[in-house]
Amino acid sequence: MKKRNVIICALLYLAAILAIVVLERILPPTHIALAVLKKGCIYSLVAVSMNLLNGFTGLFSLGQAGFMLIGAYTYAVLTIPVEARDSVYMYFDGGIIQFSVPVFVGLLAAGLLAAVLAWLIGLPVLRLKSDYLAIATLGFAEIIRAFFQWDKLGVLTNGSNMLRKYPTFTTTLFPFLVCSACIAVIVLLIHSSYGRAFRAIRDDEIAAEAMGINLAKHKRLSFCISSFFAGVGGGLLAMYQTSIQAMTFKSAMTYEILLIVVIGGLGSVTGSCIASFLFIASSEWWLRFLDTEMTIGSFKVPFLRAGFRKVVFSIIIMVIVLFARKGIMGDHEFSIDGICRFFRNLGKKKEVKS
Amino acid sequence: MLKVKDLKVNYGGIEAVKGISFEVPEKSIVTLIGANGAGKSTTLRSIVSLVKPASGTIEFMGENITGKDTNEIVAKGITLVPEGRKIFPDLTVLENLKIGAYMRKDNLTDDLNWVYDLFPRLKERHWQPGGTLSGGEQQMLAVARALMSRPKLIMMDEPSLGLAPLIVKGIFDIIKEINKQGVTILLIEQNANMALRTADIGYVMETGSITMSGSGAELLVNEQVRAAYLGK
Repeated sequence: MKKRNVIICALLYLAAILAIVVLERILPPTHIALAVLKKGCIYSLVAVSMNLLNGFTGLFSLGQAGFMLIGAYTYAVLTIPVEARDSVYMYFDGGIIQFSVPVFVGLLAAGLLAAVLAWLIGLPVLRLKSDYLAIATLGFAEIIRAFFQWDKLGVLTNGSNMLRKYPTFTTTLFPFLVCSACIAVIVLLIHSSYGRAFRAIRDDEIAAEAMGINLAKHKRLSFCISSFFAGVGGGLLAMYQTSIQAMTFKSAMTYEILLIVVIGGLGSVTGSCIASFLFIASSEWWLRFLDTEMTIGSFKVPFLRAGFRKVVFSIIIMVIVLFARKGIMGDHEFSIDGICRFFRNLGKKKEVKS
Repeated sequence: MLKVKDLKVNYGGIEAVKGISFEVPEKSIVTLIGANGAGKSTTLRSIVSLVKPASGTIEFMGENITGKDTNEIVAKGITLVPEGRKIFPDLTVLENLKIGAYMRKDNLTDDLNWVYDLFPRLKERHWQPGGTLSGGEQQMLAVARALMSRPKLIMMDEPSLGLAPLIVKGIFDIIKEINKQGVTILLIEQNANMALRTADIGYVMETGSITMSGSGAELLVNEQVRAAYLGK
């Protein structure tokens, strides 16, 4: 049974890779579907990393955008080719870093720096609970954003100017492979004894402590790992956008990811992934038509104008939060056994009817 | 095995435990009885360091464990079955049991078989989330989870709370059975009748102090105890 599932998963994974390759062949490289796939992969990773903290460990943190910013900047600062530095850091005499590292080293450094900072911030902040933790981490993310724009740090961060000309990816396969590898690591972690301890802490802190689980250590571990993958996600986002500015990593970005996590279901990895693609596809693609004015014959459709998309989007979110509080998946996972059971039950119901 | 000397604990601004001393000999069943708010739970919680004692010493197997980290104390062989069961509702029964053995890194198969023998019901339901069990089953799970750490001393905080009389009897039978297999037991109860019948030694706690002690059988016939706790 288990072996069969592994084989099916591997086949599905290969099919996904194949589908991406085929799509890239038949669609023009600027097609919106490819952009949605790329961004969807990156957001899946960030959402799953947030879910590890919020859904599996029960720590309500809103610092995700801050850690993504750290990741994005670390990646960009370290990988800009030496010959391009003069033009990027034009106001700061080419900056102080005069070397560049390969892409994968850059991404790894992005995650590591985010994790180290998470560890430092976790020392005071993780003593807080629920809403207070959320406020503290949100504040941290805002401070980081201001800090990176600080003029005095310009030789390192280029101040409030853009970072660009660092290596990016052109194929959708790259973010897909990196993100799926990272998510696989997170899934393995969740199913290890550490993951079990995280979920025990979420369910009941006192009982978990009485079982001998070191609360401070495990919370910090979860916080660092979540931030590590948020950092990697930030690095990938920098690659996707081809240029970055600290300004864009606002708290609104954290809320977007939080929404994805909630829509997908707290405590469901597959839910987060599905919700990421749905969210990105609808905000970037399927709801675009709401922003363009439309006239049918002489009738001008009311409301349709720039910005209306966001109104509709907010309403959809409100409806989801009001009527489907558990999200798409609840805390269940999308599994092959689950699908089999679903169809078997469908069959049974039909039999009863006839 | 466990020696508590002059233990004082402040809890939420009041002195909940006012300098108590008691002993738990090896392989015995000891019970602390008393009314609500007498400081029984606080005593247990301070033994495993979930609350830090204000003063006094706690000795376990000749070693001073006062104020050490909870995970260290659990690793030394003391486990607490918390009041109100506190199982992990979203984890399956099996996962709950594995969390109980969190401090150990060796093979769990023997221990799983051991607790499944004690509680066959848990084996049937090992795949169910803990939260879907009935109250009695949750109490069984809480005890089984504590046993998974292979404790030398197991402390139970009101295991009979909110359970039907027949199930309470079952729980106490299990307590005796576990004791027979060599585990020392410190039991807190409001159900004084059941507790004193089971225990070798009993202590009566009133508003933070121990007022009486003796063997279970002695206390059971003591006039004052009968008047205050046995309703006769």
